[in-house]
Amino acid sequence: MSRHRVKAVGYDDDDFEDDDGYDSPDPEEQEFLQQCTASVQAELRAGQPAVTATTQEIHDALWHYYNDIEKSVNYLRGKKEKELKKTQAPAAQKNKGQMVPGFPAPIPDESSLSVTEFFRDCPWLNVSAHRKADILIQPLHPRLGLLGGAPEAGGKMSKLAALAAARKKKESEKSTGTPETPSTPKPSERAEGQTPKPSDTPLSLSQRLAASKLSKTSESSGGLRRLGKASTSTSSPARRPSAPVPSKSPVHAEPERESEPAGQKETEAAPEPEQVVPSIRAPPSTFASAILGSTAGPTVAEPSHVKSTDVDILEIYGQQHAEPFDFTAPSPDDVVMNAQSTAKGFKAKPGTSKTAGGQKGQADIAGGMKDLSVEEKVTVKSKNLDVLAEYGKSTRKKSANFVVIGHVDAGKSTLMGRLLADQGAIDRRTLDKYKIEAEKIGKGSFALAWVLDQGSEERARGVTIDIATNKFETENTSFTIVDAPGHRDFVPNMIAGASQADFAVLVIDSSVGKFESGLKGQTKEHALLVRSMGVQKIIVAVNKMDAVQWDIERFQEIEQQISAFLTTAGFQPKNISFVPCSGVLGDNITRRSEDPKSAWHQGRTLIEELETSERFTHSLDKPLRMTIGDVFRGGVQNPLSISGRLDSGSLQMGDQILIMPSGESALVRSIEVDGEPSDWAVAGQNVVLNLANIDPIHLRSGDVVCRASAPIKTITTFTTKVLAFEHLMPMQVDVHRGRLHVPGRISKLVASLDKASGATLKKRPKVVAPGTVARVEVELDQAVPLEAPTRIVLRAGGNTVAAGLLE
Amino acid sequence: MRLIKNKIEHGGSGEVTLCPEEPEDMWHAYNLIRPGDLLRASAIRRVTTVQDTGSTSSARVHLNLVIRVKNLDFDPQSSQLHVSGQIINETAHTKIGQFHTLDLELNRNFTLEKEVGADGEGVGWDSVAVEQLKDAVDEGGKRRAEAVAVVMQEGLAHICFIGQFQTIMKQKVEMSVPRKRQGGGDHDKGMNKFYRVTLETLLRQMDFNTSITSGTNTDGVRPVLLASPGFVAAGFHKYIQSEAATTTPGLKRLLPSIVVVHSASGYLNSLSEVLQSPAVKTLLADTKYARETKLMDDFLDQLRKETNKATYGPREVESAVDQGAVGRGGGVLLVSNKLFRSQDVAERKRWVSLVDRVRDVEGGEVRVLSSDHESGKRLEGLGGIAALLTFPVVDEDVDSDAEEVNSN
Repeated sequence: MSRHRVKAVGYDDDDFEDDDGYDSPDPEEQEFLQQCTASVQAELRAGQPAVTATTQEIHDALWHYYNDIEKSVNYLRGKKEKELKKTQAPAAQKNKGQMVPGFPAPIPDESSLSVTEFFRDCPWLNVSAHRKADILIQPLHPRLGLLGGAPEAGGKMSKLAALAAARKKKESEKSTGTPETPSTPKPSERAEGQTPKPSDTPLSLSQRLAASKLSKTSESSGGLRRLGKASTSTSSPARRPSAPVPSKSPVHAEPERESEPAGQKETEAAPEPEQVVPSIRAPPSTFASAILGSTAGPTVAEPSHVKSTDVDILEIYGQQHAEPFDFTAPSPDDVVMNAQSTAKGFKAKPGTSKTAGGQKGQADIAGGMKDLSVEEKVTVKSKNLDVLAEYGKSTRKKSANFVVIGHVDAGKSTLMGRLLADQGAIDRRTLDKYKIEAEKIGKGSFALAWVLDQGSEERARGVTIDIATNKFETENTSFTIVDAPGHRDFVPNMIAGASQADFAVLVIDSSVGKFESGLKGQTKEHALLVRSMGVQKIIVAVNKMDAVQWDIERFQEIEQQISAFLTTAGFQPKNISFVPCSGVLGDNITRRSEDPKSAWHQGRTLIEELETSERFTHSLDKPLRMTIGDVFRGGVQNPLSISGRLDSGSLQMGDQILIMPSGESALVRSIEVDGEPSDWAVAGQNVVLNLANIDPIHLRSGDVVCRASAPIKTITTFTTKVLAFEHLMPMQVDVHRGRLHVPGRISKLVASLDKASGATLKKRPKVVAPGTVARVEVELDQAVPLEAPTRIVLRAGGNTVAAGLLE
Repeated sequence: MRLIKNKIEHGGSGEVTLCPEEPEDMWHAYNLIRPGDLLRASAIRRVTTVQDTGSTSSARVHLNLVIRVKNLDFDPQSSQLHVSGQIINETAHTKIGQFHTLDLELNRNFTLEKEVGADGEGVGWDSVAVEQLKDAVDEGGKRRAEAVAVVMQEGLAHICFIGQFQTIMKQKVEMSVPRKRQGGGDHDKGMNKFYRVTLETLLRQMDFNTSITSGTNTDGVRPVLLASPGFVAAGFHKYIQSEAATTTPGLKRLLPSIVVVHSASGYLNSLSEVLQSPAVKTLLADTKYARETKLMDDFLDQLRKETNKATYGPREVESAVDQGAVGRGGGVLLVSNKLFRSQDVAERKRWVSLVDRVRDVEGGEVRVLSSDHESGKRLEGLGGIAALLTFPVVDEDVDSDAEEVNSN
């Protein structure tokens, strides 16, 4: 590239010759240009379809592409093809900007005021042509590929260039795809449509002017213009979208008429840009038109070799200040930002002002970007969802969480393992593998329990230590099992599990001696705990019936004792049901027992009992609360994840959440509901949240997730109404709420209350006897997130001493 | 603590000179020294002198200062006692009435003088103070029994030193251990990391030298109690064993003194359960806290049985003493030593007279429980004072109601 694109200052016509050495290309370059032009022509003709271009066009293209033949050819072909199509398309052009003789409007409409006319009287507008300077401003940076002519497949485009290309494509699709609507064509369409047939005499002067302008400049910088939003080339304010408003002031109209000859001449001259038509009246200076946006560009007669004089300065920068902008489409900034965020896989907060049109535009962009090597092609996911509405729309099965409780070694894990295996939630192979491994360490009967007991220690010892969640589905319900440990040391874990449950399955070992010991042990404690945590419905699975030969009397004895106990614990008889079963054999779990000895049981099997559960309602519209059950590393993509069950409220991707008591905020990167990715989650669902922007040190199990708008308070002392299971006195206790487990002490026995009415029986009792209700004050060593009404459990020395409701 | 000089007069005034030898002696000193007492100890004070020319020079000088105690500040973690007050003796560098904070140091004598003022503004060496002094001096010399306890649960460990008079929570290890998940091995990894950090912390707190060259002498190693619900303590024990077998053979000296016991949770609340476990009882049979823990359990048992042979709370106990229920044949008064630390002279006198009365007049047993012990903490929850009675005393509801009205 050796053409001088510096200022070419012609002081005067006479001076011009002298400046030759400086201003005009040297012979060598011209020769080179000739060569290039020839080859481009050849290429164009040889290509499919064959097109022709004027020498001038080729020169321009070469100039823009720095003599890159390939690019120029590409560009020219693209342009010509388009023009070809357009000429074929029927173009019924109607005018919008009809002049209305209504006059005079006292105050000229600002928007339709022609600046050229405004400055008409200024002396510097009337400078004789030969005295005018011709100012060319060199673009600051070479505009590589910006014209969109670069081969799309070849070479790597910059992101910006790619975007521009995509946008250009979209634009062209839009303008060609929607053939001119006869009634009110968009300005852009009209302009595009006009280009090939300037002979049409538009009614509007300004349009005619624009058309001529367009045709003149389109060859040189058509692509450039396309880069802009709309293809309207003219910058006349009159051609704003509001143009149809027939409010053109006479001030405006009259001078335009005056300039008509010039415009018309230009129109005639349009197809042949090389022909410079001397203007009758001096048009505004380049400066003026640059500043104000001209209707008529500089038409100073110049030697044809200084073609660049025709280039509007504004167009050099690819900006048309007055060009109408389609505000329904995303702004260029938005497009770029969206594309960037898509590429990075981040989800920017969506602008609320975004309309459907904007989203459609984005989709187009995304389509246009398919050719690019940007990995993530997914459009920006829907955000700002109305989660509750989404939830209403969703056609999920009814879901239920249930906790499996009972004394240690009652066969809880095995029973659930059997349930999962029979429901097909576990495949045969895994099960066989467990069987072999379990037999290897001499615990063959534990194979089914291993489905849920995944921990190495649990397997080695044959004891469930922590809760395990698993899910299976029946025809109309999806169940989540929470398998709780039965050992008394792990009651804290069981409390965590029970706090996630809608109903409970109490497993009872029916074998001789075991039932009795269990009743004294955790059978009782667990049942009391789940009841005090708000569980209403309980299914009693009388397990290991095969060990007692399906003895109906044994079953009835157990049924009698347990139902008596459960009723006193506060379960309503209609919410208690009994199923005799065998977890190891699988009898009466998903299928009826084939053992003839068990023929007396004609009731439901366990799975049938489970299905009788009703839909459970959760407080969806309350503020968000979720107790963190676990903090873990979800994998390479999700270095920090938390799991738990949403207690209330709802949540969606991209939300900012607050962790209490640390008070740190985090961003929800993604959500998994029951192991499936989801955009949102509502109360009652078991979720995994993948977080960002928080240090894991601020996350502990037992912490509460909430929103900064409705944070949960942390407290160190609270009053609670409890049901005492053991003697209460001022003593040290552990306070449990779900996973939350903190030490504290009962500082004051406020009053013992009447069980039914809640009236105070005795103020400040010395000691509260088991089975009575009391109001006590509890102090904690550390501040914890608790708020009324919350169900809490007080334990001391490994026993549950009380459970109650925070006040 | 060594008693150097004892000049307590009959009336209760007088002074003693003591030499603290162990960190725990600071705790005794903390209980002995009360606001209003005179304390003489060596001190380092920075003295700034102004020359005639106006230039200043400051120097650190060793002084023997006597202060009238205003405030005590005890840091149980590092066993440091800072006593602040006004200087009452004149020296070359200080003036009377200037304030100074004395830092009592180990193996440096201090002299404590208590006086009974004419108008009763001081309490002098009352019976409780003399008792505390006896405890502090420990003529029997058999108070070596000390243990280190690690109370832990998944992701949480409390390392504490159990002395005769206090249990010091030295350090808490807290770590987020991933729970077991489907197909995740993070839990085991997390537990291993947790064990490692806990062991490192424990060794640091114990000043345990893990190098092999430090000999095979196991004398200096205190018993280490590992307590937890479930299998955490056992797992930790196993971890220490494997570490001893592989990377740090020096740990082998520690192994014989480790006892694994059960506790209900990983919090200090469950230390009582640890101390009651048979394994620990045989290990630390003769310690004061073992007896105190036993007494507290008896008391709570009585309370639970609702025999009315146990009562707690200041007013209730006083009324029981008035009725003669805390006397010969099983009456025990349990008092937290926190009550005697009261700033209020009248308050202290009230409790001292109650103690004297039970012991001397009624013939009952008096136990002053250390508030820095687990049993003392339990007692504190009950108002700092409780009593086992010789016969059932029925509470008067009216009385307690009246008290509530008063307190409101």
